[in-house]
Amino acid sequence: MTTETELPREDFIIGELRQCASLLLEKLQSDDYKEASKMIVDLNATRDKTIFQSVGELTRALHESIKNFNIPGDQQLLSNQSEGENNSELNDASNGLEYVLTLTKNAADKTMDMVEECAPISSELGQEASSLKQEWLRLRNREMTPDEFRALYTRLDIYFETLDVGTNKLNENMQNIILEQGFQDLTGQVLKKVINLVTEVEGNLVSLMRIAGQVEDVVGIDVDKYTNKDSDGETKGLDTKGEGPQYNAEKRTDIVNNQDDVDDLLSSLGF
Amino acid sequence: MKILIVDDFSTMRRIIKNLLRDLGFTNTQEADDGLTALPMLKSGDFDFLVTDWNMPGMTGIDLLKHVRADEKLSALPTLMVTAEAKRDQIVEAAQAGVNGYVVKPFTAAALKEKIEKIFERV
Repeated sequence: MTTETELPREDFIIGELRQCASLLLEKLQSDDYKEASKMIVDLNATRDKTIFQSVGELTRALHESIKNFNIPGDQQLLSNQSEGENNSELNDASNGLEYVLTLTKNAADKTMDMVEECAPISSELGQEASSLKQEWLRLRNREMTPDEFRALYTRLDIYFETLDVGTNKLNENMQNIILEQGFQDLTGQVLKKVINLVTEVEGNLVSLMRIAGQVEDVVGIDVDKYTNKDSDGETKGLDTKGEGPQYNAEKRTDIVNNQDDVDDLLSSLGF
Repeated sequence: MKILIVDDFSTMRRIIKNLLRDLGFTNTQEADDGLTALPMLKSGDFDFLVTDWNMPGMTGIDLLKHVRADEKLSALPTLMVTAEAKRDQIVEAAQAGVNGYVVKPFTAAALKEKIEKIFERV
């Protein structure tokens, strides 16, 4: 796409340079040195003009690309500094990620609170149920004295009450645990926004790279001189820098996939 | 049995604490990275260390190395519970003298098995 738009201009420049060159040759052949040196100056001017034009265009493109990053420029930074905030999209994105962190933490905490509240209720109900089951069996087998029966009668009374209150609490907490999962929706929306921004920034970086490449072409910078140094630096020892959870596990061979892999590796080391 | 749980995420510390309580270990304390954990270990007569790897300040692997280098703490049983899953890392942890390595996400059964294994040997 870009080459299509550049070609006519280049053709035009080359045409102009050719014209100058043939005129120069003509003047030189007719020994007109005064006109010839004027032609050389013209030739230089044409070349300079194209460089200036290209640099100007590239500067404009660069400016556009930087603007697309939505990073506050100097003006914006200066005017906002007093308020101690900047409202760039990148800043907004990192605030969004903080929000995701808070929301997931709160959801995890609340869920665990509710489960911890449920655990003793269900375990007490269960214990009392199995103990009552034993008593009930004794009653059915007619092994119970009237006094023991009266005690069982009262215990059952209390148990039904506890069961009622307990299961209500369990149901309520289970409902709340479900509701707590709403964080998935809210964090998902923020994460999608951030993903879009990252994609956009990547796109802008690519166009910056392209512009930089064109600048190099126009001014004749030798890129190879600056890159490819130390490209094959040898890796030494074990690579043990922390990486966090592996979300691309299937694409890598240097990582383990589960606890079984860890156990196999450790036992191969004599553990 | 006094246990120190080291992880920078409070949720994970709480999960581990709960699982340990289910296993009958109720005397636990928490630290959020190696830098806070090390002085606690040095002054606190802990019997067992459960640590994450990737933490700000001092990482779990560095904490383990400090523990092994400390005269008083060198024999402290240490379990690594971490999302770090590179083979090189597991090898390094083993070389540094870890007693068990559990990758996140983990199950209650996996944690229980590793802890029991460690105490069988001690």
